[in-house]
Order: sequence, then C-alpha cells, then structure tokens
Amino acid sequence: MSDRRTTAVLARTGLDALVQALRARGRTVVGPTVRDGAVVLAELSSAEELPFGWGTRVEAGRYRLVRRADGAAFAHTAGPQSWKTFLHPGREKLWDADRTADGQLSVTEAPRAHISYAFLGVRPCDLRAVAVQDRVLAGGRYRDRGYQERRTGALLIAAECTEPGATCFCVSMGGGPGADAGFDLALTEVVDEAGHRFLVRAGSDAGDELLAEVPHRPADPETKAVARGAVDAARERMGRAMPPVDLRTLLGDSLEADRWDDVAARCLTCGNCTMVCPTCFCTTTEEVTDLTGDHAERWQRWDSCFDLDFSHLHGGPVRASARSRYRQWLTHKLSTWYEQFGSSGCVGCGRCVTWCPVGIDITEEAAALHDELAARLRQDGQRGRGARGVRDVRYERKEPER
Amino acid sequence: MTEVPLPYRVTRVHRETADTVTLALVPAGPAASAPFVPGQFAMVYAFGVGEIPVSVSRIGRRTLHHTVRSVGAVSAALCALRPGARVGLRGPFGTGWELGRAAGQDLLVVAGGIGLAPLRPLVLQALAARSRYGRLNLLVGARTPGDLLYARQLRSWTAQRALRHCAVTVDRSADGDGWWGHVGLVTALLKHAAFAPENTTAFLCGPEVMIRATARDLLHRGLPPRRVRVSLERNMRCATGHCGHCQLGGVLLCRDGPVIGWDRAEALCSVREL
Amino acid sequence: MTSTTLAAALPAEHRERLMRLAREVSFPAGARLFEEGRRAERFWIVRTGTVVLDVHVPGRRAAVVESLGHGELVGWSWHVPPYVWHLGAEALSPVRAWEFDAATVRELCARDAAFGRAVAEWVGRVVADRLRAARIRLLDLYGPCGSGSRP
Repeated sequence: MSDRRTTAVLARTGLDALVQALRARGRTVVGPTVRDGAVVLAELSSAEELPFGWGTRVEAGRYRLVRRADGAAFAHTAGPQSWKTFLHPGREKLWDADRTADGQLSVTEAPRAHISYAFLGVRPCDLRAVAVQDRVLAGGRYRDRGYQERRTGALLIAAECTEPGATCFCVSMGGGPGADAGFDLALTEVVDEAGHRFLVRAGSDAGDELLAEVPHRPADPETKAVARGAVDAARERMGRAMPPVDLRTLLGDSLEADRWDDVAARCLTCGNCTMVCPTCFCTTTEEVTDLTGDHAERWQRWDSCFDLDFSHLHGGPVRASARSRYRQWLTHKLSTWYEQFGSSGCVGCGRCVTWCPVGIDITEEAAALHDELAARLRQDGQRGRGARGVRDVRYERKEPER
Repeated sequence: MTEVPLPYRVTRVHRETADTVTLALVPAGPAASAPFVPGQFAMVYAFGVGEIPVSVSRIGRRTLHHTVRSVGAVSAALCALRPGARVGLRGPFGTGWELGRAAGQDLLVVAGGIGLAPLRPLVLQALAARSRYGRLNLLVGARTPGDLLYARQLRSWTAQRALRHCAVTVDRSADGDGWWGHVGLVTALLKHAAFAPENTTAFLCGPEVMIRATARDLLHRGLPPRRVRVSLERNMRCATGHCGHCQLGGVLLCRDGPVIGWDRAEALCSVREL
Repeated sequence: MTSTTLAAALPAEHRERLMRLAREVSFPAGARLFEEGRRAERFWIVRTGTVVLDVHVPGRRAAVVESLGHGELVGWSWHVPPYVWHLGAEALSPVRAWEFDAATVRELCARDAAFGRAVAEWVGRVVADRLRAARIRLLDLYGPCGSGSRP
C-alpha cells in the first residue's frame, strides 16, 4: 500500500455522505440491507438502509438475524448472495437473432445497460472471490465482455471483518479478515466509548478522490489501533478451518475415496452451494423465440454442476450419480481450479456451509477425505510401497495455503 | 461470451449416412476471424434452436465443412437444412492435431464412427505435404457399411499409394450389403498397419471406449503416451472457457482440448463419471 | 492384442515344431472352410486373403461377425472340448493358408507339456483378444446414442 494513499476516519453520518457522493456521480450503490429475514445485497438510496444493529448467527444449514446493541452496520456474516449477482448476473441476454423474409440471418450482440456500480461493504473474502472470478471470466484468452464492462466500471468499498461467523474459514484458505488489496476504499467499523466511526483507507486514485468529497477527519492513532486490533482478533475467531494440508493434492488423490459415498447419501444435489458460492461461475444457454418465429434470443443463465443435464452427452449424463456430482463440485473448487485458473476456487466465506439445507460442511468433508487418504497412505507405507511413502511425507508436511 | 455468431450460407448438403450430413458453409458476410486448423471446432448455431460444437471436417479456402450427426434438437435442425439456408458460426476454438510436430514420423490415424470427421482434414493435410511424413496409415471403424462417412473418399484413399495403409472395418455385415472389407473392432486393424512404434504419432477420435482400447494397444506396442493424440468430447455451451460444462478433471476441453495427449488424458479417462 | 499372430505368440522353437505339421492349402473365393456344429478337426493360419466367420440366423441374412487376415488363426474350437465349431467360415477372397490336423497337434500337446502350454497360451490369447473385441462391439458404440440407451 502506497503511503500517499489517504487514511482517515468517517463518522457514522459520513457513510451516508459517501453513498450520496456515489449516487451524485451516477453510480448504482449496492450494499447489504435487511430483507426477508436475511442480510441481502440490494441497491441503496441511503446509508440508513444498511443493517445497523443487525448481526447474524449461523451454523451449518442455519442462518438467523440477531439484534445487536452496538448498532454496528457491518457486524453480520455473508448472506445468501454475493457480488456475482451483479457482476455475473443469473440471467443475461447474449444476442438477438433475426431471420429476414429472404432467409438472411443477422445476429447482433445484446445491448447492455451501462451501469456503474459502487459496491459498499465488500468483505475481504468476497474481494478475493471477485479476484477469482476476474481470472475466470476476464483473465483468459477470451473475455466475457459483459462481465468485464461491469467489473471495470465498478467501485469497490470493502468492509473489513470484525465479526466472523461460525461457518467462516477464510484464514485457513490463505485469506483473512483484513482487506489488503483490490479495493478502492476499505472501511473498518469501530464502535466504542469514543463513538461509532469508520477507519477508512483509500486503495486507488478513485478511492482517494471519492474520500476527498466526503467529510472526514485525519485518522487518529487510537482509532487505528482499535480497528487493527478488531481485525486481528477476528483472525483468531474463525468458526471453522480447512485441514492444514495441500488441498489441491488431497482432492486430486481422493477421486476414488469412500467418503464420497458418505456425503452423497446426505447431499440432496439441490445446487444451493453453487448458487451461493461467490466464485461458482458456471452457466448454460437458452434459445428463446417469439411467436413469429423470425426473432430469437440467446440467453445465458447460471447453471449448477449438481444438475443432471450439466454433463449431458448424447446418450445421457456423464455424471449420473450424486457421488460424482458432489465430487466434481468439491474437487473443482479446491483442486482442479488451480490447473484451470491458477488459484483455489474457494475463499472460505462459508456460504455453502450455511446455506446447505442438510448442513454439509466442506471443511468437515475435506478433513474426512484427509483422514481417509492419510490412513491409506500409512497402509501403503506399511506394505512397503516406497514411492507412496515419499509422497506421504511430502503430503503431510505441507503448510496451510497462503 | 465473447462474440456473436457470424452468418454462414449453406452451399451444399451431402448426406453421408441415414443420420449424418456434411454441410459446406461459406461466409455470408465477414469470415471467421482466424483460419481453422484440423482438430479445431466451431460452435454452429441453428436459428431458433441452439448452438452445438462441431469439428471442422474439411477446410477450404473459403468453405468450411462440418459433418453433423442427428442426435439432438440442434443437430437434427442442422441436418435438416437445405442449400441456401443460413447458420451462425463462432470459432475456431480449441486445440488442433498439431500434425507439424509429427514431421518425419509414421502417422497412424484411427477413427471410429463420427470420429472420422475431425480426422479427415488431418489426413488431407498430411496428403498435401506427403514427403514431410513417413508412412501414413488410416484405420476406420464403423457400425455397418451403410454407416461409413466419406465413402467415396475412403475408396479413393484405399486405392491410393500415398496412403501406406487404409483399412476400414465394420462392427457388423450381412449377406447382400455389398461389404467386402474387414469385420471386427478397429483395433484389429492395427496388426496390419505399417509403422515403427518408436517413431510414430497416432491420432485417435471416436467413442471414448474405442479410444481407450486403441491407446492401450498402442502403448503396449511401444508408442509413448504423449505421441498418442486423442480428441475427447464433453458437453459444451460457450467454447470460451467460461461456462464450466466441458470440464474433465483439470482440463477445460474447449480451451485445453478437444485434442490432448494421452499422457494427460489417460488418468482422466480412467476415472468413472469424472 | 497385437501379439496374437503365430509369429509373435509362439516361441521360435515351438513354432518350428508346429510348422512341421503344416500343409499348404488354398481356397477359392466363396469356399466354405467349416460349418457351425460340425466337428473341429482342422485349423488354419491365413497366409494371404481373407476368411470371414459367419452365423446363419433363420429369416435373416447371414451375418459376418469377424474377418481374419494374414497371420491370424482360423478356428480355436479344435483346442477346446467338445471340439465343435461355433461359427461357420468362408473364404471371402482366394485364400492361401497353412492347414493343420487338430488331432495331431493335440496329441503333440499332450506328449510335450512345454509345447502344449505354449500352444494353449497362444490360443488363449487369440480367444481373449476376440472376446475383448466382441464385448466392445456389443456396446454398439457407434449406434444412435453412443453407448447409452435410446432417448
């Protein structure tokens, strides 16, 4: 982080000034707000719509809003949505096709609304999730133009995490509750005897400019220290952790594990985990025609690897069993993602654990796979399979991913 | 999604078999951004129905040939097209056979069923630069004599000296179907092919079971896995690496395939329901 | 699969002993080598031409299930009781072949255990190879829906 970037303190009222400044610039401000018994992400017209005084209590398969006495706005954990709802929407038109009377075909790229978003309250885990989707959708040879336009136009205001939930495990995925890159502004909420305020750090020129427009005061050492302390404390309070092993190797070596049968017996293959996952990007396409039959539209919509049709080849699905589909999801997320896009696909936000209707916990599944693999390697070692023995040592000693 | 389909005009429809046609396509406006190479595929769009991946089965100066088998809604619509009709086309996508890397070597081309389609431009490419390669073997398997693609071309290839060995085998033959060729699995033809395993590149396309059986035999004969090139198939929606459908383990077949080396494919093809 | 031909499958010493029992024969195109249900008293190794194995199904045209060419063994039923042909065989083209008397070869196998084992392994390889191919073909992989069921 460059020293020239501003660090300041915003009062609670400063937050609304921030929202108004963004709206005045024509930005669509999206942030957390309470709706239907959950903290959802929606367009905000004022900072007052933020979930002041709401916290969340989560467990595997469970999510409840709870009142907080301190009135904090960002003391909740991840809700059912993530920013992909806006950057990589659930439905998007790709093109319009028209057939003229003389049989000509014309295809035109679907016009896209030019929305410039400002995302307010992006969790550090979600900042990393956005970076993951950047690599998938805009980091390869082909770019998803819609995604790229929305993404480059978006302003990201992070909210560091001081209240991790019981399903959070970002630290064990190499992340953490602090925001260190990929934001325009980063807020850290502080509520104590000295008042309700936000330490704010600029992370880009756009962030600096924006901050200049909003009433703020210089960052005082006390606020800095309290904010830092809260984030550091959060690091120690993660509700869950992935086993401290090389998950890429673990999953890669577990394709034939018995554990898949165990989890498949519980999994409903509903696909909730893929919908709430902030990095899951899979889509399918639909062809829609009008009544004249001369106009067709091509639509893209989210798809899930839990859907039987997902792997359909003429003759039938490649992944017919629940076992194979759960294995695909978890192995992709934690292992083959590296090969495909150069990183893990999991940021440890815990949404898939919270929103699984039967409470399947991927940290528990990974731990069980690890136990099974470790037992198998020990057995192989005892049988004197030297090569596996060497592998065994390397596998066990691996440090948590950073 | 990166680009919209470009309109192409169907100039010829050649019925290959009861359920398979070859479409000859020319651009109705601007042509595809890059030339196709053998092994690559296009997303072919049937207006109002949808889009499917189809390998290029012949590459002309302007004309692209795509051989389509009617197995679903989109392929059925494409098979029903008449000359003059329009389709949309995106591409080229994916990896090619990379024939150039086999310069100086014997070539062994093994095709099963519709798998001959992506291999035809490879054979044509090899024939066009015949002196650059060693012996050229083409082994083709089909269900019945009536299911053979490019029958006239195969007859002419069989008669040609440029191909060291061109053999066709069918799974079943009956009195009166006029079949005088081999009956049996395509792997049985390997016995009669002329190639030096230590200096051969093999190119395989067909049903995955046939690819596995053939690749195993070739490895047994001494071909190194990386010189057995195979073309694999999975569901595809976008062809640009964004939709996730064509995953085979860590491989995105639209991006890293469809042609990959057996050194990479073997482990992936040996896990059920991967 | 690639080593079922006589030259590759039998060690030289045993191959020579077997070949001493061979006689040269030739068949015009269309000649029947054997018929299903008859006693398997001879077998052949193809030198040139093609022999097809067929099955007659009442009400249907005769189906060719396999074709055999240079170096390949025609017939294995002579080696396995009850020594009865399971299929018919016909010369598709003019065929030149080595012909063997089954009883003589079986007798030699019985007398010389090493030779017997080598021949048994060779025939076993041939049968295994054809069984594997038959099983894959049974899947009807080139059929309307790949290896799956009809929609």
